[in-house]
Amino acid sequence: MEYFLQQLINGVTLGSVYGLIAIGYTMVYGIIGMINFAHGDIFMVGAFVALISFILFALTGISLPIVLILVLLIAMVFTACYGWTVEKLAYKPLRKSFRLAPLISALGMSIVLQNYVQAAQGARIKTLQPVIQGGFNFFKESDFVVTLSYLQIFIVLVTIVLMAVFTLLITRTALGRAQRACEQDRTMTALMGINVDRTISMTFIIGSSLASVAGVMFVMYYGVIDFYIGFLAGIKAFTAAVLGGIGSIPGAMLGGLLIGLIETFWSGYISIEYKDIAAFTTLVIVLIFFPTGFLGKPDIEKV
Amino acid sequence: MIRSIKYLISLFAALLMFGSFSAKADVVVASAGPMSGQYASFGAQLKAGAEMWVKDTNAAGGINGEKVKLVIGDDACDPKQAVAVANKFVSQKVAYVAGHFCSGSSIPASKVYTEEGIIQVSPASTNPAFTDEGGPNVFRVCGRDDQQGEVAGNFLAKEYKGKKVAIIHDKTAYGKGLADATKMNMNKAGLKETMYEAITAGEKDYSALVSKLKSKGIDAVYLGGYHTEGGLIVRQMRDQGMKTKLISGDALVTAEYWQITGNAGEGTLMTFSPDPRNNPEAAPLVKKFKAAGIEPEGYVLYSYAALEVFAQAAKMAGSTDSNKVMKAMKKGKFNTVLGTLSFDKKGDVSLPGYVWYEWSKGNYKQL
Repeated sequence: MEYFLQQLINGVTLGSVYGLIAIGYTMVYGIIGMINFAHGDIFMVGAFVALISFILFALTGISLPIVLILVLLIAMVFTACYGWTVEKLAYKPLRKSFRLAPLISALGMSIVLQNYVQAAQGARIKTLQPVIQGGFNFFKESDFVVTLSYLQIFIVLVTIVLMAVFTLLITRTALGRAQRACEQDRTMTALMGINVDRTISMTFIIGSSLASVAGVMFVMYYGVIDFYIGFLAGIKAFTAAVLGGIGSIPGAMLGGLLIGLIETFWSGYISIEYKDIAAFTTLVIVLIFFPTGFLGKPDIEKV
Repeated sequence: MIRSIKYLISLFAALLMFGSFSAKADVVVASAGPMSGQYASFGAQLKAGAEMWVKDTNAAGGINGEKVKLVIGDDACDPKQAVAVANKFVSQKVAYVAGHFCSGSSIPASKVYTEEGIIQVSPASTNPAFTDEGGPNVFRVCGRDDQQGEVAGNFLAKEYKGKKVAIIHDKTAYGKGLADATKMNMNKAGLKETMYEAITAGEKDYSALVSKLKSKGIDAVYLGGYHTEGGLIVRQMRDQGMKTKLISGDALVTAEYWQITGNAGEGTLMTFSPDPRNNPEAAPLVKKFKAAGIEPEGYVLYSYAALEVFAQAAKMAGSTDSNKVMKAMKKGKFNTVLGTLSFDKKGDVSLPGYVWYEWSKGNYKQL
C-alpha cells in the first residue's frame, strides 16, 4: 500500500510534466492540423532559459518565492517569443501549401533549435543544485516511508492551476472562441472578422509558454539538462496527446497523466527495462478501440 | 599580359608544391570520443590529453622529424556515429587513432580500422570484447571490465555479506558488460543479488527505480553505467530519503559527477586504475596541464599516454607505417605518464588493475 502510494506520487509528478508539454501539441494540431515537431525543443529552450535565470537570481539573493515567480515569468515570455518566431518563420509561409510541407519544416526547426542551443550553450550537460528541498514523510512507523517533496506538490499544483486557467481561457473568453472557430473553419472565421493569423500566433504563444513551465519544473526536479532533452520528452508528450485524443486539451492532460502512471507502475511492479514498450503498447491498444484517443472528437476530414 | 599569366602559373605551381609538401610531411593522428551529448565531459578529457601531446611533440620536433597534425572525431557515444567517424578518419588519411571512449563506440569503429590497417588505441574502453575480438591493430591503455568486475564483485560479496545488493546497468556495451562481470564474481564469492534491473541511458526520471530499491530494502546499489545516470540515481535516492551507497566503475571519473549530485554524492565508491596524477614521472606534465587551466582528471593522461606509445613505437620502427608501428608496439616497452607499459598478444596493457576511490566534498580520493 505504502509502496503503491509512493509510485502514484512519482507517476503523477512525471505525468504532470508530460501533460503540460502535450497541451502544446494538441492545441496546434487542433487549430492548424499539423504536428509541431519542434515543440519538444521549445520545451528544451524553456528549460535552458529557466536554468540561466535561476543562476542569475541566485547571485542577487532575492527570496525564493519571488525568484520562482520571476523565473516562471521570464521563461514563459522568452519561450513564447521562440514559439511565435518559429511559427512566423517556418509554418506561416507554408500554410497554403500541401500538408506535408509544414511537417517537414517542423522537423527542420527542431534540428535548428537543438543545434542552436548546442552552439550557444555547449554540448555538455548543465546542472542546477536543488532549489526547493525537503518534504513530508508519511507512514513513518512502517518499513516503507512515503516521501512527498515540496517540489512534487509545487509541480502538481502549478499544473492544476495552469490547466484550470487555460481551460477557462479556451471555453470562456473571446480569444478561446476565436480559436475554436478557427479549428472548425478558417475561411468562415476570417469572414466573420476575426484575425486568423493573430489567433494562430496566440495558440503558439500559449502552447510554448506552457511548455516552458514544464521546462522550469524539469530543471528544478531533475537538475540536469542538455540540448537533447526535448527529443525524448517531446516523443512522450506527443504520445500522451494522441492517447488523450489529439486536439482536446483535457485529453492531453489525461494522456500525460496516463503515460506517466503507466511508466511508473510498470517500472515499479514489472520491469524497468520495458517501460517504454508498455507505454507505447497501451497507445496501440487504445488507438484500436478509440481511433481518436480517449477524448478526441471523430474528425474524418483532418486525419 | 602573357608574362603575368606565366607568373600566375608559376605561383600556382609553387602553391601546389607547398600543398603537397605539407600533406606529405604531416603525420595525422586522431582523437575520438563523445565531444557532444551527455558524456561530452569525457570527450573533452580525451581531447585535452591529445591536444597537449600534439603541442609537446611538435615543440620537440615531431615524430622522426615529421610534424604531427591532430583531427578530432565526435561519436557522441553512438555506435552508428562512431562508424561514420571512423570512415571519415580513413578519408583523412589518419595513421593512428587514440579513441574512442565508450566501448559501444570503440568496438564497431575498430572493424573499420582493422580493415584499413589503422592503429587504434583506446584510452578508456574497458569492455573485454574490444581486444578479445579486435584485430592486431587494436590496443588499449586502460584495464578490462573482467578485472574491474572481479574487484567490484569480491568487494560487494565481502562488505555486504548477508545484505541486499541491487545490480543495475544501462544496456550499453560498457554498462551491461561491467554489471554482468561484477554480478558473476559476486555470485561466485557467495552473494546473490536481490535485484537486477536495466535502465535506459539518457533518461532523467529514476523515481520509480528508487522507490523499488527502497521497498526491497537495498543496502548497496551497483551501477554499470555512466556518471549522468549514476548522479541522477543518487540524487533521487537522497530525495526519497534513502541513504544507500552507490558503487560504480570507471565512468564516474569526472568532476561533472559532483556537479549533478552535489552533496548527495558524498561517499559514492568507484573502481578506477591507480591515479596517474600521483606518478612522480607525471608530475611535470600535471603541472603543465594545470598551468593551461585543465585539471588532468580521469582519462586525460590516458589519452596522452596512448599517443606517447605511438611516438615511441614509430621511433623504434623508424617509420610511421602502420604495419611496422604495430609490430613495434607488440614487442616494445614504453615509458609513458602512466608508467612503463607493454602490450600482450591481444593488445591489452600490462598496467596494475583497479583500486577503490571514494567521492567526498567534490573530489575523488583513492582509498
